[in-house]
Amino acid sequence: MSHEKLETNIGLMGLMIVIVISFGGLAEIVPLFFLKDTTEPVTNLRPYSALEMEGRDVYIREGCNTCHSQMIRPFRAETERYGHYSVAGEHVWEHPFLWGSKRTGPDLARVGGRYSDEWHRVHLINPRDVVPESNMPAFPWLEEKYINSDLTAEKLKAFKEYFDVPYTDADIAGAKAAVDGKTELDAVVAYLQSLGHALSDKR
Amino acid sequence: MTEFWNWWVIVIVAINILGCWGLLFWTRKMKENEVEDTGTTGHVYDGITEYNNPLPRWWLIMFYITLVFGVGYLILYPGLGNNKGVLGWTQEGQLEEEVAAAKAIYQPLFDKFLKVPVEELANNKQAVEMGKRIFVNTCFGCHGSDARGNPGYPNLTDKDWLYGGNPAQIKQSIVAGRVGVMPGFEAMLSAEQIDELVQYVGQLSGNQVDAAKAEAGSKTFALQCAVCHGANAKGNIALGAPNLTDDIWLHGASSRSIAQTIRGGHNNQMPALGDILGEGRTHLVTTYVYSLSNSK
Repeated sequence: MSHEKLETNIGLMGLMIVIVISFGGLAEIVPLFFLKDTTEPVTNLRPYSALEMEGRDVYIREGCNTCHSQMIRPFRAETERYGHYSVAGEHVWEHPFLWGSKRTGPDLARVGGRYSDEWHRVHLINPRDVVPESNMPAFPWLEEKYINSDLTAEKLKAFKEYFDVPYTDADIAGAKAAVDGKTELDAVVAYLQSLGHALSDKR
Repeated sequence: MTEFWNWWVIVIVAINILGCWGLLFWTRKMKENEVEDTGTTGHVYDGITEYNNPLPRWWLIMFYITLVFGVGYLILYPGLGNNKGVLGWTQEGQLEEEVAAAKAIYQPLFDKFLKVPVEELANNKQAVEMGKRIFVNTCFGCHGSDARGNPGYPNLTDKDWLYGGNPAQIKQSIVAGRVGVMPGFEAMLSAEQIDELVQYVGQLSGNQVDAAKAEAGSKTFALQCAVCHGANAKGNIALGAPNLTDDIWLHGASSRSIAQTIRGGHNNQMPALGDILGEGRTHLVTTYVYSLSNSK
């Protein structure tokens, strides 16, 4: 094949470019879709409850993942502060995943149980009330806004149908009742308290 | 990784490396023939022709070096399918080494300090400093980096203790956590009764209050509050019920905050940190906290 044939034939060149740039992905990404390590949940993993799922959506809406990662790397400096490093099996039901790449605030992968619910409420409404040095924005409206419970069951159903998350029919049927009358603050706190539940070694 | 994916990765990587090498070799080879012919690529743009010069030698050599580097890397480190690499390096192994190296430094210190009772250790500058570092890392979120607490979270530098301030009690609080629950009385007491209670509680701390209301409040107190706070309102460290006769107010000292507390109650929790810190660190944090209110 000569240069001329390739360079004057845009379709052929496009095809060759696709082949060349997909090589890395074929070797590095494609096998991960089929490996046990990355597709099977760790033993203690449980799906998010309806309230936690709504809290997760609030977390995404407020952009918490912009400043907080959920990915503990296997370095001593991180495992000392946050606990066991993150493993892929903890994240198999995360869609989208919220690993993040920037830490203005601390990593939250194992923040569940580290603080009391009450602490989270005070801290989200005004972080300075408990951590005077904090530069985290306040989220006072979370306390005043109620979860829209109309879509909760649909969300669980979507995770069950498209991502094979093992929600039972009872989970889905009870989803609306579980979040009715709850504020967004309740939901976010429930979500935060669930983070890292699958591996108990947390910091 | 199954055998299939193992070979999948190996074959693609091999094709990649050989392909790069072949491409370099091929373009170089082709060059020589064509240069002999015309010296140009044969392209003509508005009368302008294009030389077909070979890649600069240093550039070509860099390409070859990256290929050699890549092959060397795949031999030494994991990357080629299931191949573990000659060096046997793993992420987990590196972490374990780091942890072991740190343990070799700190464990002897922890062991040494664990043998010394907290009361005595509180005079050891190094131990207190270590305890402080751990405290600042672990406890700052609620008690503040200066240990002076925050609204709802106790100041640890004074002599007032919800659950007792001797070393064993402090350690117990750290290891197992504490749950302090005060129920809300909004449903049980009338607004008037709550107001009377506020007056009485104010009187206990020596404030100027409406004496008649305080008197009425004392009766309600005896009925509803004395169970936890004690008949003399001095609190109960078994329950974490605060002493109401001093002027330390965890949830606010104003009449409004006190009324709010009586109406809504409080649910205060200290998480258990025993598993997180381990014995050695717990001992040092206890020492630091103890030293805050017991240093000479």
